[in-house]
Amino acid sequence: MMDGVFGALVRRDLQLAYRRRGEMVTPLMFFIMVTALFPLGLNPDPALLRTLAPGVIWVAALLAGVVGLESLFKSDYEDGSLELMVLSPVPLELIALIRVLTHWLITGLPVVILAPLMGMLLAFPASAMGTLLTGLLLGTPVLSLLGAVGAALTVGLRRSGMLLPLLILPLAVPVLIFGARSAAMALAGDDVSGPLYLLGAILALTLTLAPFAIAGGLRVSLEN
Amino acid sequence: MTGVCALSCESLDVWRGDRHLCHNLSFRAAAGQAVRLHGANGAGKTTLIRILAGLSPPESGRVCWNGQPLAKAGEVYRRELAFLGHSNGLKPNLTPTENLTAYSSMMGASPVMPIRDALARLGVAELAHRACGSMSMGQQRRTALARLLLSPARLWLLDEPLTSLDVSGVALLADLIKSHLGRGGLVIFATHQPLDLGSQRVDTVTLGGTA
Repeated sequence: MMDGVFGALVRRDLQLAYRRRGEMVTPLMFFIMVTALFPLGLNPDPALLRTLAPGVIWVAALLAGVVGLESLFKSDYEDGSLELMVLSPVPLELIALIRVLTHWLITGLPVVILAPLMGMLLAFPASAMGTLLTGLLLGTPVLSLLGAVGAALTVGLRRSGMLLPLLILPLAVPVLIFGARSAAMALAGDDVSGPLYLLGAILALTLTLAPFAIAGGLRVSLEN
Repeated sequence: MTGVCALSCESLDVWRGDRHLCHNLSFRAAAGQAVRLHGANGAGKTTLIRILAGLSPPESGRVCWNGQPLAKAGEVYRRELAFLGHSNGLKPNLTPTENLTAYSSMMGASPVMPIRDALARLGVAELAHRACGSMSMGQQRRTALARLLLSPARLWLLDEPLTSLDVSGVALLADLIKSHLGRGGLVIFATHQPLDLGSQRVDTVTLGGTA
């Protein structure tokens, strides 16, 4: 039964995203714009850009992850689908996890895929690109999961636009530190397994715990 | 799907914000029974329905499904519950077929009848491939009601099911409720419009005035 649920819900979320594709590319455009602005605003010296690249790309990915998060459960809350999700015999944790994973597929994965291109723009060497990509692959799902917890808690509020980043970004600091650090270490030619393992551990932790927090947040938001 | 099937409320106290909506409310609905929640606007019908569904907790007292408190009955209860709230729970960007497919996958059981037939029964078959957002309110309500036919749930909780329905829609819903009761289902609905269920006995629970 769970297989069928998984497939059907992923399909529904992808269908929904496809019909609102304009909205879905906003985070990606945001990521491209922010990273492209740095070489313009700073001294276009390759050596300088190269050292800044890990931080710039990671901060841009972090902010892109927050863009559009507010709408993650908003429409479900407004059209009554959220009530059906909560009242479904399928665990809400599973439904929420599926929603976050499809959200990441649509908004997070394109950012990861585009990161090498933006890296090249910042004179980031190809030799360290693998570490940057691995780090982003491990880190961006964590951002989506943390963001979903915030989105679930604030879904009932009328204007949660600015509140959400304020809630989530502090929680995302460890991901930023280990992610940007791993890319910087790769740049310097050091062994990067340490920060990458830690990113992996953070991902495992959020992947197992966040669904419960998201489901709890959604239930609380529906209570009145 | 065997054994007793009854929803009971025991000395419920319901508050909304700082308003005390009902005090020490107890009633019981068993298989084949219809209960109508009656009361003026703001009397707390929706609040009570949400408590019965388990969406929000009562201030005190408890709601039991087959003698088990809702929190404990959990998934067993949700399997037996078909809920129609104020909002239709339809995604405006999806077609009725897509909406109902997603719903039936969350039902935890295979649909009782094909989605096509359920839409036809509600008279919206020809809209099956149009986006729900482009349909009229009444057509959306009919599509939402089609969920009841897909679900094997025995308890129907309907909050103002008549909203936006035309005369034939109201008659259709009355038919659906009667045949559901005939199959041993139970229906609890909140409405302030009359709903003629013919010879079917309907218990009425009146929620206090706005005083």
